[in-house]
Amino acid sequence: MPQRAGMPTQTRIILGVLLLAALIVPLLGQPYYTKLVSRMAIYAIAALSLDLLVGYAGLVSFGHAAFFGIGVYCAGLLPMVGIDQAWIIVPAAIACAALYGLFSGAVSLRASGLYFIFITLAFAEMMFYVAQGLRMFGGDDGFRLPRPTQLMAGLSLGNPVVLAYTMLVTLVIAIYVARRITGSHFGRVVIAARDNETKLRAIGLSPYPYRLTLYVIASALCAVAGVGFANLVEYASPASMSWVVSGEMLFMVILGSAATVIGPVLGAVVFVGLETVLSSLTEHWLFWLGLILVLRVLLLRHGLYGLLSGRGQR
Amino acid sequence: MSAALVLEQAFNGLQLGMILFLMAVGVTLAFGVMSLINLAHGSMLMLGAYFIAAAGTHITAYPLAFVAALLLTALCAVALEWLVMRPLYQRGHLDQVLATFGVSIAINEAVVMLWGREAVFVAPPEWLDGAVAITETVSYPLYRLAITAVAALAGLALWLLLAHSRLGMRIRAGAENGDIVGALGVNVRLLFCGVFVISSLLAALGGVMLGPLIAVQSGMGDPLLILALAVVVIGGVGSLKGALVASLAVGVIDTFGRMIWPQLLGDLLGNIVANGAVYLLMALVIAIRPTGLYGQHGN
Amino acid sequence: MSAQPEPLLELRGLVKRFGALVVTDGLSLSVAPGELHALIGPNGAGKSCLIAQVTGELTPDEGEVRLRGERINALSVPQRARRGLARAYQVPRLFGSLSAIENASVAEMARAGSGSRLWHAASDDRDLAIASLSALQRVGLGDIDNRVAAQLSHGEKRLLELAMGFAADPALLLLDEPLAGLGLADSAAMVELLRSLKGRYGILLVEHDVEAVFSLADRVSVLVGGRLIASGTPDEIKADANVRSAYLGEGGA
Repeated sequence: MPQRAGMPTQTRIILGVLLLAALIVPLLGQPYYTKLVSRMAIYAIAALSLDLLVGYAGLVSFGHAAFFGIGVYCAGLLPMVGIDQAWIIVPAAIACAALYGLFSGAVSLRASGLYFIFITLAFAEMMFYVAQGLRMFGGDDGFRLPRPTQLMAGLSLGNPVVLAYTMLVTLVIAIYVARRITGSHFGRVVIAARDNETKLRAIGLSPYPYRLTLYVIASALCAVAGVGFANLVEYASPASMSWVVSGEMLFMVILGSAATVIGPVLGAVVFVGLETVLSSLTEHWLFWLGLILVLRVLLLRHGLYGLLSGRGQR
Repeated sequence: MSAALVLEQAFNGLQLGMILFLMAVGVTLAFGVMSLINLAHGSMLMLGAYFIAAAGTHITAYPLAFVAALLLTALCAVALEWLVMRPLYQRGHLDQVLATFGVSIAINEAVVMLWGREAVFVAPPEWLDGAVAITETVSYPLYRLAITAVAALAGLALWLLLAHSRLGMRIRAGAENGDIVGALGVNVRLLFCGVFVISSLLAALGGVMLGPLIAVQSGMGDPLLILALAVVVIGGVGSLKGALVASLAVGVIDTFGRMIWPQLLGDLLGNIVANGAVYLLMALVIAIRPTGLYGQHGN
Repeated sequence: MSAQPEPLLELRGLVKRFGALVVTDGLSLSVAPGELHALIGPNGAGKSCLIAQVTGELTPDEGEVRLRGERINALSVPQRARRGLARAYQVPRLFGSLSAIENASVAEMARAGSGSRLWHAASDDRDLAIASLSALQRVGLGDIDNRVAAQLSHGEKRLLELAMGFAADPALLLLDEPLAGLGLADSAAMVELLRSLKGRYGILLVEHDVEAVFSLADRVSVLVGGRLIASGTPDEIKADANVRSAYLGEGGA
């Protein structure tokens, strides 16, 4: 359930400490840790955008990786035709993702419940296969980023420090945007539609246009994270939009606790941390990750943020 | 394209369709009876394939290995139902989706721990080697013909079970209206466990038979699961008839699409359209009928 | 009956079937502006199905639904609501995670068409807050505005749902058993509230509490098996032999 008051002090403190740590780490000159910060920030943006759907609108999308992948491919393909400036690539990624979000959302939002989950998953799989069909761009294997995305004044996202700070700034903007939207008139209607769709209709509002608008916004936001991801791994491949990535994003949302803005950010940080620690311990870290996911669902009802804020277990 | 090629592709399409049917029925039954969304269903197909590979190395008689593989999968299914699925039945969609996704990635990695990352080889039974002459010029591998027949038989057996037995009546009542089952005085726990095992076995049967045809490796069941989910959406949740019609349609469209579209549209665009065709069909059906061709419920 | 002003709501020859079951059987009925028209009948008489056909949740197989003379059969639930239909459900339906005043504000947004504002904080919208609060005050909930709807008492939920109805500035209220499940005191307060609404809104009231109905209604119609078996003033209905045998005799107060 949503946090209803303005941002509580506790949340401000957690966010503040995280941000401070994130700002300091890239200064240490350790590319490994700098990249870790970038990875956390990128996944936080993606999870935040998915939480708009899952947490606030109650729409369980299992296909959000498609939009992540669209961002990845925009950052990978546009340099091949000589476009490497961020001010073109980012808007292009946003536009492509919004367009695909409009199309797939217009169809999948006609359905509900189980159908919505399966349809979003299927639409993402379709994008996955489209990327796989691009044989001259490596098909299933994907391809190396020909050139990192360029910011202004000679700054390149290929530089880990530049990437980390850029993604942190983007994350802060994304948090701001998400809070504005969820706190707006529009956001209130979206929450009302989640709580009781029948009632919303009965007082004269059809949920469909609101949900579709939100779906498009969430899609566009996720594509921005995708552009960052392509620069982080310097690679573009269909794997970035596989159903496993969609599942991991959902995991981050639920790990932190849905519908709290801060929850998914925390979830992304913990997820990336978990991934890093587990994969350094064992080659088969995915097995343990799966197990943790199952236990998280079966044993813990309110997510990490719920634990921290004392709302505890089931 | 020649008539022979069309015929061969028709058989391939039928084969894919039947395997999808086995998968889709499991998904539909689990949701209909237990309100369970099971994303670990593809892992059961994969387990079937790995188990037949493992059994094949110890047991020379194929029929025995076949049975052993299915039994092993059934054991896994019982354990899984007891440990993970049972607490999930009463949970919301999000919890079910996440927990079963977790199960799926754990099982996918567990097979890597046991059998390694390289694809495992599965030999088809020797007595199914060779090809059958369908017309004077066309012959078709005997093994592929056999698995299509077995899948069709399994589908038919399931149909008879559901349509004509007391157990089947209860399952159908549950699939159409989950609240009824308890009222019928059935041992719900046992029924749920049974339905989960049956649905897992149907997927595993597909895996056992596909073993010699596709690369047996981690995650091999997932693309088929997602295709089967599209089948369920197209056919309508809870409807056996819908699952059958949609499976066959998807099998044929996918198989022929991969042949036709690249010829019509060129390599790049043709490949993309061929890969996306099934999902576009799904989009079309949902745009017209949001609960699929034969479906009534979905919440 | 004597000449009446143009009806606010008019149902003509409504028929609704579910397979072989006829739940509404050639029903005609009207509500004049400002009139409180009560609908009574035994359980399973098809009262809720009738309400659903007025709001648009069910589509009648035959017949017409007219609002202020306009045929609205083809309109969706939200479209009908925007034309002035407000409904209170038998079991109150609310936005459980939102506070009382936020619930009212969503109805106010629907009326004002401000729900599409994406960027401005809803909590900073003074006009919205004033309108929502005044809707709450009209039902006496002015002091619980910040409590979450899911945690309100049953009676408070009822009142909040009515407040949401007022916020939408409706012409016709469709009230489905507003007294059901209320304690004595709440029930009496609700009857007084309903009395105060008479004359301002057209009201179609479905209610089991026959005593309350007879004290409130301008007109009473009796529904049995999907058909109206009688319609008239409370006194006429009390005196009607058919009604006594079909309904009042078996389940009356």
